[in-house]
Amino acid sequence: MTNIPTGPAIEVAGLRRSYGSQVVLDGIDLNVPEGTVFALLGPNGAGKTTMVRILSTLIRADAGQVRVCGHDVAREPDRVRAAIGVTGQFSAVDSYLTGEENLLLMADLHHLGRAERRRRTADLVARFGLDEVARKAAATYSGGMRRRLDLAMGLVGGPRVIFLDEPTTGLDPRSRRDMWQLVRDLVANGVTILLTTQYLDEADQLADRIALLDRGRIVAEGTPAELKRRVPGGHVELRFADDGALTAAAAVLGVAPPAADGSLLLRVPGDGRVRSLRALLDRLDAAAVEVEGLTVRTPDLDDVFFAVTGQPAASGRPAAASGKAVVR
Amino acid sequence: MTLAVRDSLTMLRRQLRHMTRILSLTLMLLAVPIVFLLLFVYVLGGTLGDGLGGGAGGRAAYVDYVTPGILLVTVASAVQGTAIAVAMDMTEGIIARFRTMAIARVAVLTGHVLGSVLQILLQLAAVLAVAVLVGFRPTATAVEWLAAAGVLTATAFALVWLAVAMGLAAKTVAGASNLPVPLTLLPFFGSGFVPTDSLPAALRWFAEYQPFTPIMETLRGLLLGTPIGDSAAVALGWCGGIALTGYGWAKWRYNRER
Repeated sequence: MTNIPTGPAIEVAGLRRSYGSQVVLDGIDLNVPEGTVFALLGPNGAGKTTMVRILSTLIRADAGQVRVCGHDVAREPDRVRAAIGVTGQFSAVDSYLTGEENLLLMADLHHLGRAERRRRTADLVARFGLDEVARKAAATYSGGMRRRLDLAMGLVGGPRVIFLDEPTTGLDPRSRRDMWQLVRDLVANGVTILLTTQYLDEADQLADRIALLDRGRIVAEGTPAELKRRVPGGHVELRFADDGALTAAAAVLGVAPPAADGSLLLRVPGDGRVRSLRALLDRLDAAAVEVEGLTVRTPDLDDVFFAVTGQPAASGRPAAASGKAVVR
Repeated sequence: MTLAVRDSLTMLRRQLRHMTRILSLTLMLLAVPIVFLLLFVYVLGGTLGDGLGGGAGGRAAYVDYVTPGILLVTVASAVQGTAIAVAMDMTEGIIARFRTMAIARVAVLTGHVLGSVLQILLQLAAVLAVAVLVGFRPTATAVEWLAAAGVLTATAFALVWLAVAMGLAAKTVAGASNLPVPLTLLPFFGSGFVPTDSLPAALRWFAEYQPFTPIMETLRGLLLGTPIGDSAAVALGWCGGIALTGYGWAKWRYNRER
């Protein structure tokens, strides 16, 4: 199979899916070339998990074409299943079995021979740093270990395409970086990865291309560099003692005052360099507006969404707040 | 087809491992029929045995009478474990993973069924051993023992499929552990603990037409030589019906999108 020209590993056209009256995916088109990493970036509720569930044959699309490794997910689900590995947002490991037994279970379900199942299990245990815990029940694992085991289980069958649904959500920073390294190693071996994430930095770190998913639509797509060019470089958050100062500052700086939500915070676009900060404060000083405090924010998911859609990510949906909280 | 068998055996091995890992649940569910047995034989048996009519009466007669009912309590109690295990599987992501793999879909369920039936047969042997210790004296020949084992296996198979469906239908693990509880009570509303003709009219009608009574009467006939009549055929009919219903219900629940 080596000399076949590389086509897209994942092709999606006109994909739609609703749950009852709620439209979750509203016409998705995307192409992921073989051997690349594609990130679906979006807040909670954007439709990322639904997307992965359709691509991995768990649920059906209402409309549209979805092909993985050249096979239609609706018509040839078993062909697709034989070619993919899935790691979910909630670890799909068997808690009662040990890590090693979990991997052997996968090997058996992939119908590997006796020698091969042993070899592959031992290899994955070593590669994913599970040596010390391989003979302990998965129920005793830390979050990071569970996620590593989960990913390892998805690799037993030697998949050509891997879906990672929020692979680092809920992990501590160290486990997160470990996970990133594992993903990079996978790519080096030539597999195709589609990952979903709510973290811009994660998509930036890992992906060749990023698609921004918002309310079931892809609102922007490009390389990380292309997308970041569309983000104005973060903002400065100013805190005031009272509404009067806030309104005055908004007038001086020429930005729209925020809705009267009582937070007394004003977001001003800016890159946080000392010179521009000083200029900003000088202008406020000159107008005799007292600033209580100041925070510099690097671009986060909200900024990307703001830049692309002209409105904050998934406004009106409280769940979106969780994405922002962790990026900081 | 051979792959379906192979996958089912893989799932069976997984199930058997689980049973050794959650031994406490298995033992607790095994304790239910044994406690009932001891309670009914030693606390109530002296009096109830005298009321059986015919024969010597007393505790010795009651041990023989109650053991078939206790065997069904064993099965009914054990399938609670099946429902719990299935529901726990569903709450963990592992089932979703199985669904994304190119394996026989039904293997997950057949693994549960085979594992549970094997476990129930072991539990039945344990309960029978205790019954013999406290005075159960079956008169069965080898062939009758085999037939009794067959009836118990058919009953276990039917109730396990029903419990698998219950485990799939339940929204929570707690719900799954409650759904099969009425099954444990059914032998009481049948000929398990007292002859049905001693029951009030409405209850007697229910007792005579519910599935557990013909099963218990068949076991009693095979193990102790009481008349069986058409109980065996009715019992097997019930087992077939319950198994098919459970299988259909389980398959429908399992193949639904979630």
